[in-house]
Amino acid sequence: MNDVHAVYGLMVEFASTDDLLDGCCTTRDAGFKKIDAFSPAPIHGLTEAIGYQGKGWIAKTVFIGGLLGALTGFGLQAWTSAVAYPLNIGGRPYVSWPAFIPITFEMTILVAVLAAVFGMLAWNKLPQPYHPVFNVQRFKLASSDRFFLVVESIDAKFDRDQTRTFLEGLDNAVGVYDVEY
Amino acid sequence: MNASDAVRFNGLQRRALLVGLGALALSLVGWFMDPAQFYRSWLAGYLYWLAFPLGAFGFVCLHNMTGGGWGFVIRRVLESAAGTTPLMVLFFVPVVLGLTDLYEWADPAIVAADPILQYKAPFLNVPFFLARATLYFAVWIVVTQLVVRWSRQQDEGDDPRPNLTRRLQLLSGAGLPIYALTVSFATIDWGMTLDPHWFSTIYGLLFVVGQGLATLAFSIIMLAKLSGREPLAGVVRRGHFHDLGNLMLAFVMLWAYMSFSQYLIIWSGNLPEEISWYLNRSAGGWQFFAPVLMAFHFALPFLLLLARRRKQSAEALTRIAVWVLILRFVDIFWLVAPAFSPREFQVHWLDLSIPVAMGGIWLAYFLNRLGSWSLLPTNDPRIDEALKGSSHEVHA
Repeated sequence: MNDVHAVYGLMVEFASTDDLLDGCCTTRDAGFKKIDAFSPAPIHGLTEAIGYQGKGWIAKTVFIGGLLGALTGFGLQAWTSAVAYPLNIGGRPYVSWPAFIPITFEMTILVAVLAAVFGMLAWNKLPQPYHPVFNVQRFKLASSDRFFLVVESIDAKFDRDQTRTFLEGLDNAVGVYDVEY
Repeated sequence: MNASDAVRFNGLQRRALLVGLGALALSLVGWFMDPAQFYRSWLAGYLYWLAFPLGAFGFVCLHNMTGGGWGFVIRRVLESAAGTTPLMVLFFVPVVLGLTDLYEWADPAIVAADPILQYKAPFLNVPFFLARATLYFAVWIVVTQLVVRWSRQQDEGDDPRPNLTRRLQLLSGAGLPIYALTVSFATIDWGMTLDPHWFSTIYGLLFVVGQGLATLAFSIIMLAKLSGREPLAGVVRRGHFHDLGNLMLAFVMLWAYMSFSQYLIIWSGNLPEEISWYLNRSAGGWQFFAPVLMAFHFALPFLLLLARRRKQSAEALTRIAVWVLILRFVDIFWLVAPAFSPREFQVHWLDLSIPVAMGGIWLAYFLNRLGSWSLLPTNDPRIDEALKGSSHEVHA
């Protein structure tokens, strides 16, 4: 296993989404854990196919973002209309909560969405100007019409020769490439 | 293939019918004791159970238009429920009998003393009310029976029959606006005119959304019960429950949005003829209903349904669906009952026995229909594509 860090991993190319999905499932079922798939467009069921077990960090980030947005939105209105600049509107109490709900709702959505976008970038460690997969010549086709599956060398089952043989044996594999650092 | 694929529900059907008929007998005793109370409780129960055939009507139209795996697995539940609309005509009879006990505008003595009701009389009078009800029922029955009949025809033979799907799509395209309009008008007629001076333009949509929510909850419970049976057993996956759970979450939010919008607008305007509806529901015990609904009809299911894990579990989702169905009744009761005892909370044992009677009989009829055909519309040309999308997922 001294070749673990000689390469980033092995990449296999497919010509269609179904081949990629089947290839991912086979690789996942063979016991590989550190696998990743690349495609020009989102594919339904791909996350399951690569055996991705999300810890739900994005969901938690969005929830906390939404909660902060709600509290900020409500708090700001309550503070301005009751403390900072109390104004009698139609004889209603200063903190008339029904009037605050629309803005609280909007703030919940706004901060939750911002948390979703920036949280996604942060948890994915993006933007990332350099990544080893770009060293493969044909990988540029991942943004047009080709589909790629990568098995990383840090996978416990990874063996440069055996894994290459395994990947070449996948149905409809177009080619297998070393991913250099 | 239909006869062999059909699953009978004789045991459950008989029990539902027995419970229903027992509760109906008990309720009839209540009718002799207090006819007015009987009609009032009947109306609340009626508006509650109306949600299941009509909500299913709306959803089956939506499904016919869009396809999608979540719709195929519950389509037979929806079609069977939509097909029960004729029973709702029968259930409407007590409402007609109790018209003067229910609606102020139907009582000539009250109208004679009330200029506003005289002004509204061209719309709010007994013959026109009955004519409108007849029209709603005619439309509902014609559309739902056609939807069911064509879908049944499609089951015949072993080949996909795209022409029937096309026909169902055309009917459903018209069916969706028809559904929204008839339900809006019907619930305004039957529910809103209980307070004949009061008006709210969102009232009909409140019921449309409530019916959608009740139907989703009911479909989730049925799918969880049926998912072990053929031909559903090999097809239903966690992803389907996830989709239905997401839809239920959306409808919980939509319900809160509609209910709150109506309140916010009336609260902001603060006009005497509009706020009376809320004032009648803000004293004498009724004031506890709104916070209970906010906490348990909205906040609790909303927070529970945020978690993906819970939406993918049939058991957890079923528990939430049962909870939602209970709270749906609390909501309907709060919309209807305070009209008869404003600012003074009252509940009668008929308020419980009548919904049980209606529900038991309806459920028996529904199960009878559900047991008469295959649980999957296998000849719909879109079904393979729709159920294939989940082939890499884990079974439920």
